[in-house]
Amino acid sequence: MKKFLALFMAAAMVLAMVACGNGGNNANSGTGGNNDQSSTGGNIDGDSTGGAVTLKIGGIGPLTGGVAIYGNATYWGAQVAVDEINAMQSDIRIEYKYEDDEGDNEKAINAYRSLQDWEVDVIYGCTTSAPCVAVAGETFADRYFQLTPSASSTDVTAGRDNVFQICFTDPNQGVTAAKYIAENKMAAKIAVIYNNADPYSTGIYEAFAAEAPNQGLEVVSVSTFSSDENVDFSVQVRDAQSSGAELVFLPIYYTPASNILKQAKDIGYAPKFFGADGMDGILTMAGFDLSLAEGLMLMTPFNAYATDERTVTFIDSYKKLSGGVEPNQFAADGYDCVYAIYEAAKKAGISDGMSHEDICAALISAFTDSGFSVDGLTGSGMVWNTNGEVSKEPVAVVIENGAYVNM
Amino acid sequence: MSFLSNVISGLSLGSIYAIIALGYTMVYGIAKMLNFAHGDVIMVGAYVCFFAVGTYNLPPIIGVLLAVALCTALGMLIERMAYKPLRQAPSLAVLITAIGVSYFLQNAALLWWGSDPKKFPAFIVVGEQNGISLFDGQLRITYVAIVTVVACVAIMAGLIAFTGRTKMGKAMRACSEDKGAAQLMGINVNATISMTFAIGSALAAIAGVLMCSAYDTLLPTTGSMPGIKAFTAAVFGGIGSIPGAFLGGLLLGVIQIFTQAYLSQELADAIVFAVLIVVLLVKPTGLLGKQIQEKV
Repeated sequence: MKKFLALFMAAAMVLAMVACGNGGNNANSGTGGNNDQSSTGGNIDGDSTGGAVTLKIGGIGPLTGGVAIYGNATYWGAQVAVDEINAMQSDIRIEYKYEDDEGDNEKAINAYRSLQDWEVDVIYGCTTSAPCVAVAGETFADRYFQLTPSASSTDVTAGRDNVFQICFTDPNQGVTAAKYIAENKMAAKIAVIYNNADPYSTGIYEAFAAEAPNQGLEVVSVSTFSSDENVDFSVQVRDAQSSGAELVFLPIYYTPASNILKQAKDIGYAPKFFGADGMDGILTMAGFDLSLAEGLMLMTPFNAYATDERTVTFIDSYKKLSGGVEPNQFAADGYDCVYAIYEAAKKAGISDGMSHEDICAALISAFTDSGFSVDGLTGSGMVWNTNGEVSKEPVAVVIENGAYVNM
Repeated sequence: MSFLSNVISGLSLGSIYAIIALGYTMVYGIAKMLNFAHGDVIMVGAYVCFFAVGTYNLPPIIGVLLAVALCTALGMLIERMAYKPLRQAPSLAVLITAIGVSYFLQNAALLWWGSDPKKFPAFIVVGEQNGISLFDGQLRITYVAIVTVVACVAIMAGLIAFTGRTKMGKAMRACSEDKGAAQLMGINVNATISMTFAIGSALAAIAGVLMCSAYDTLLPTTGSMPGIKAFTAAVFGGIGSIPGAFLGGLLLGVIQIFTQAYLSQELADAIVFAVLIVVLLVKPTGLLGKQIQEKV
């Protein structure tokens, strides 16, 4: 009997582990199964359309694994744009193929190699920062143009003329937040609570703290925590309160932020709260008291509640592709990437028969041209500097009645 | 005024540590084993209450009772299946098993309830208010904090009375002193140990509900860090001692909040554990621990 029980426990543990492993993978069942998904928008190539140029865009991102939710979003988001552009019957046809990197550096390089075998013209990716840095090293040496939807680290673009970002860099978010708060005269005294063990949060905070004095903002309280699983913020919130801050800047993810909102309310402290894009997702937490987020402001590149025609059409097409999954900011970043490449290719006059080195050089000069700007879902008037970093109007939203409202 | 607020935060956090530490110390005192799965029983209790109140809209008191009942059953089940077969095994084997059970519970929770955080419903409220304001709103005390401190004191008093006065309590103390002799005196050692786990797990459920009422994010890993802190508190106060666990928990909570508020937020945990090391260097059995003479 004892042996039976011991065996049963052991079997149950093994099952639990295995089942958890599967749980991660199941997140992206419904993508169509296999990892090498390509779409060409028909069998049209350069010759048969009478002069239309074919541009091969090869995407890399995690379609499986722990961060698959991001990779699938960039995959589907770009697919929506590819379908739209190919339906336009313009001079440029896009062939699109996407390779899975599982969020792993080595697999990202393998994915890149297999795209090279496919004779890719432009690399779209990677979704996450670390694999993106690895692939960027290769594309820089091999001379491929690369545009990432969401790898926000400055390491991605540093020292590489061929790599561009569609998302804000972390420091850029901090600077933009300081400017936004100052320009809209939201507050003069600011408190910051950030996660000092997280490069994302620290990156935004440091840039914010450096920019704040230039904007006439006074940072009166800075407090930290060291894990996103931290739950007790009573000291941090009280520090902000006793410093007399009118606005609390939270460059952190939404889970700790939700605790801060509650504990501020518990002690009767009601400043303005201002978050970065990591705050995106707070409204969808199970059991979250939406009234806590009332009036919370955040900078997010994409407002899924927006009602303009382009966003609505995008959400519609996206949900058809994804089987009902709502698009997030990664999806919108991916969509904008394809349009940016398309606009630059049109401007650069890409023609059939150009080598990837020539396309790379042509697109670099198009992207850094002072007259070049792209309007997308994540911002209008996007322009790039020679570092490959984007500059665009941030979309700041305020939460009203449980939904984002543009400010 | 912020000093008073910090004292209250510290006592409220410390009371949660103390309730968890009481569970640790009970089990250690009687079964002489460290039940590392204790922290994860807290998490299970909190999830049970979350689903009962948040999803099925049961009255909060039913949710709490349900959490206590299920955790008691879970604690006894764990003891029966994972620890009892190892009663004669070396203590290291039991320790490893306890860590295994802890990971099993975390992963099972991850599988059943997912990794996305749940927000625990706030039900310790009077009318619309969740606390009282003193000194023109300068000092706010939440009802959760009051309930937590009161519950902690009541539980400690109850446990002291239970172990001191009742037959079962006396049996527990006998088992803790000498299992073999206790058995010879006609005490059912297995039933006594099982009872200890039941009480410890019921306390874990209460701690889980109170903890998540105060800090409302619920994750499959919610119990692990407080579990470790409470274990530290139990050692700090003298493991095996009921008043020791209470004192250790409260002190740990207050020290943690005070270092965060007045010394350094980055170093808070380091300072808390440095205090522990110093105390143990000076008093190796903990603050209220008994010096056990080894007879040769």
